Amino acid sequence: MGSNSSRRHDAIIVGAGHNGLVAACYLARAGLDVLVLERNTYVGGAAVSRQLYENFTYSNCSYVCSLLRTEIIRGLELPRFGLQIIPYEGGCTMMRNGDHLALYDNHDALRREIARHSKRDAEAYERYLRDMLRQCRFIKPLLLREPPDPTSFKPRDIMELLHLGKHFHGLGEERMYDTLRFWTMSCADFLDEYFESEIVKAHLAGSSIIGTALGPRSPGTAYVLLHHYMGSIDGTVGAWGFARGGMGAVTKALAASFEASGGTIRSGAPVNQVLVHNGRAIGVVLDGGEEIHAPVVVSNLDVRRTFLETMDTKDLPPDFVEQVRNFKIRGSSGKLNIALDGLPRFPAIPQGSPSTRGDMHVTDTMEMLERAYDDWKEGRWSRAPYIDMLIPSQIDPTMAPDGKHYMSVFVQYCPYRLAAGEWNAERRQAFGKTVIDTIAAHSPNFKDLILHAEIRTPWDIENEVGLTEGNIFQGELTFDQLLFNRPIPGYAQYRAPVRGMYLCGSSTHPGGGVMGAPGANAASAILRDLRKTQ
Amino acid sequence: MLSESEPHFRQPLLKTPFHERARAVSQVDSFIPWAGYTTVDVFTTVEQEYFAIRNATTLYDLTPMVKYRIAGPGAMRYLNRLMTRDIAKLKPGRVAYGVWCNDGGHLIDDGTVFRLGETEYRLCTGERQLDWLLDSAVGFEVEISEVTQEIAALAVQGPTSCALLKTFGLAGVERLKPFELAHFLPPPSLGVAAIMVSRTGFTGDLGYELWMRPADAEAIWDGLMEAGHTRGIRPIGSRALNIARIEAGFLLPNFDFVSSERTLRLGTERSPLELGLGWLVDFQKGHFTGRRALLEEERRGPRRRLVGLDIEGTKPAHNALLYSDNSGKRQVGSVASATWSPTCKRNIALAMMDAPHIEPGLTVWAEIYLNRELVWERRMAQAKLVPRPFFTPERRRLTPPADC
Ligand SMILES: Cc1cc2nc3c(=O)[nH]c(=O)nc-3n(C[C@H](O)[C@H](O)[C@H](O)COP(=O)(O)OP(=O)(O)OC[C@H]3O[C@@H](n4cnc5c(N)ncnc54)[C@H](O)[C@@H]3O)c2cc1C
Repeated sequence: MGSNSSRRHDAIIVGAGHNGLVAACYLARAGLDVLVLERNTYVGGAAVSRQLYENFTYSNCSYVCSLLRTEIIRGLELPRFGLQIIPYEGGCTMMRNGDHLALYDNHDALRREIARHSKRDAEAYERYLRDMLRQCRFIKPLLLREPPDPTSFKPRDIMELLHLGKHFHGLGEERMYDTLRFWTMSCADFLDEYFESEIVKAHLAGSSIIGTALGPRSPGTAYVLLHHYMGSIDGTVGAWGFARGGMGAVTKALAASFEASGGTIRSGAPVNQVLVHNGRAIGVVLDGGEEIHAPVVVSNLDVRRTFLETMDTKDLPPDFVEQVRNFKIRGSSGKLNIALDGLPRFPAIPQGSPSTRGDMHVTDTMEMLERAYDDWKEGRWSRAPYIDMLIPSQIDPTMAPDGKHYMSVFVQYCPYRLAAGEWNAERRQAFGKTVIDTIAAHSPNFKDLILHAEIRTPWDIENEVGLTEGNIFQGELTFDQLLFNRPIPGYAQYRAPVRGMYLCGSSTHPGGGVMGAPGANAASAILRDLRKTQ
Repeated sequence: MLSESEPHFRQPLLKTPFHERARAVSQVDSFIPWAGYTTVDVFTTVEQEYFAIRNATTLYDLTPMVKYRIAGPGAMRYLNRLMTRDIAKLKPGRVAYGVWCNDGGHLIDDGTVFRLGETEYRLCTGERQLDWLLDSAVGFEVEISEVTQEIAALAVQGPTSCALLKTFGLAGVERLKPFELAHFLPPPSLGVAAIMVSRTGFTGDLGYELWMRPADAEAIWDGLMEAGHTRGIRPIGSRALNIARIEAGFLLPNFDFVSSERTLRLGTERSPLELGLGWLVDFQKGHFTGRRALLEEERRGPRRRLVGLDIEGTKPAHNALLYSDNSGKRQVGSVASATWSPTCKRNIALAMMDAPHIEPGLTVWAEIYLNRELVWERRMAQAKLVPRPFFTPERRRLTPPADC
């Protein structure tokens, strides 16, 4: 075909995000000749560690490793290739009145701490955790498997899933009703069923809106809350924490595991088009025009980017293209990575408390969280944003020089499109200032310690990582885009409507986060198809 | 709530008002957490402590028992709806053991209810559940608050306990009948307030429980130790008590059942009927939480049942799986609590058995692992289904007790 045509491979993976690499590893281990093509000069996508300031390492995008499936870590021998996950403890929300709510690991300390705010809530917290864990146990078996019926393209309905749940996982009716509630309820309504204390609710609600263009009172946010608990059910030690060396350690280990099985990674190799011939994917063309052929092409990019930007829509069914266009993938998060000359003081947190070594927040009411969302709807970043702030260098000594600290600040909400006009350097700085002021309101010496700050808006995230609109999950985690509906109803099985073409990114079931399940599921779908045709 | 000087993230466990006294006589420094407090597991040796329960008098700090004050004009109706037994029958000055369930008829917890007055009760339980108690209170004229930290509690148990309490100065204590409570003024020299004494306990033996102000705890401990020093009085830890409670056939949460408020898996909840507590369920008394489900369960018969086992050999059948024959092919249940009974000289256990296998006198096989100097062996031991309690001495009920 093309003049530049190079060697043939069994499979090409477009994108070296963690899911692309997970899929690549499984395919290579099955004996395929696999080539991974990455646009950036480094691998990792949104799971990356970079040095942007002298001797400091940032987890530029994702920063907490809590969802990565143990089966994957084990199956791909990631510890052998350098991955170490180290736990962190606790967390807190600092309050505007100078008090705080801490979440301690120790059960008794935690009970006494919550009881300080509400005695009843201290005990309701047990019921809350129980219900979360019960639900996670239900969802978990669905994570590392394809959505119902892998061989058919028939749209699935909820009754079928419930049927599946009942018969294959021995579930009771009651728990399935609870599942339906999770998928449809708002986080605020859900938490109201357990708690009376505003601060307890505000602290817990954070997980329901992270990366989500919804407010705590929007239906569906209860599920996002659950999604974030998924990592905590394995009960294995070290399932929740930091990847030692930053989140890039995950993708570094994956890349090493892949290369050890004979795979090849080419970075700085942006794919321009997926080649389709007679309704079959046959390879890709790079930006420079180079063509590479393979009977299997797997895209790690989100659905929108895959089908609208690297494919010719004429090769796709029109209704499918329409649904891809409507796929909800709105940017709502920003991130600051900050190099600090020392440890900031937080007067609200008592001396010696482990709380500064966990995730810290400053949103102390549900109202404040909902107002933060209102700003986003109106096309501006939250004036009082929700922040998820950690100082990993207190636990991971490899992130910053001794005595200095790396701070990761995840910010919700920040729009992709500003009402005031395009993102530019000045607006980026103004966004950064809002966040820094928010932190400084709780830490008098914070500003003086700042050595360097990387400020990332959804626009930056889209441009650097390739996540459309900067949506961290490659698509909202709402029920219309989950399970058999993810990414597109009727096409939920990692297979594109073009033969030989697959999706393996977070746009597919079970969704975003550094989990690896979409990549692993995609690989097994591909291997099953290959076995069928042989 | 945070009365301690140390912040709770440094010292998560609270100390009971007896802590300093207990620490002073603890020889082996063996403490365990219990319901948010640090408590003694063993003071000297389990054996010495156990035999003091069955032979002399023992002190056991039960302050961590979670205590709720339930008061108001609707208190009785509230408790009657909450619990499965008929609380309307409980007169002031009396105590009753009881259980409560969720709507599915699954056990949430067991505990004792003290009727302190016409409209005031105290509920003592193993685990905190204010959340459930308040949810259940909607529509009742009742006030519920946790008073665990406001009351220190000490169990005084053993065959000489009544005589000892009399020597201590509680005149008339010998007239207390089982499950009765009364207030007594200890000798004025101690400078303490009146204490409440109930003839209750977890040993299945003669015994009393003393309820007092935390400020008076040390003086009363000292007074009792003084009064009992010629009678072999001994503080005991949880390990010795556990042997006595298995002999008495009492259930321990998280060992013999898990509260349905805590279970994650389906089928791990337990009903009172399964646990042999059917006698605590009164279907005649009117509506109570879980009634419909329990009626249905009674009609169809429980799926499994807690039974008493007498097992050959002397090695306790901890966590043993039970089989229908010694081939070990068909599992019919598993052991919940097991101990060698030093008094009965029997190897006893409480076990959960699948319903179809249960008939008195039946024999099953327990798979027991033996550690022979780190060489492990598996033994199939014959186990006979026997009635509970395993040990129930006459002195437990005698009023006044023989030596008083
Ligand atoms: C700021 C931020 C914070 C987050 N925090 C967390 C967290 O703490 N914990 C957590 O679990 N998750 C977190 N997430 C979410 C998580 O990081 C992502 O959902 C996940 O990393 C996505 O992985 P992926 O492999 O599906 O896709 P990606 O990581 O997006 O990978 C896609 C890859 O494709 C490459 N690519 C794009 N276009 C092309 C092209 N044309 N040719 C070749 N290559 C191309 C990209 O460069 C990229 O490497 C966060 C995300 C963001 C953005």
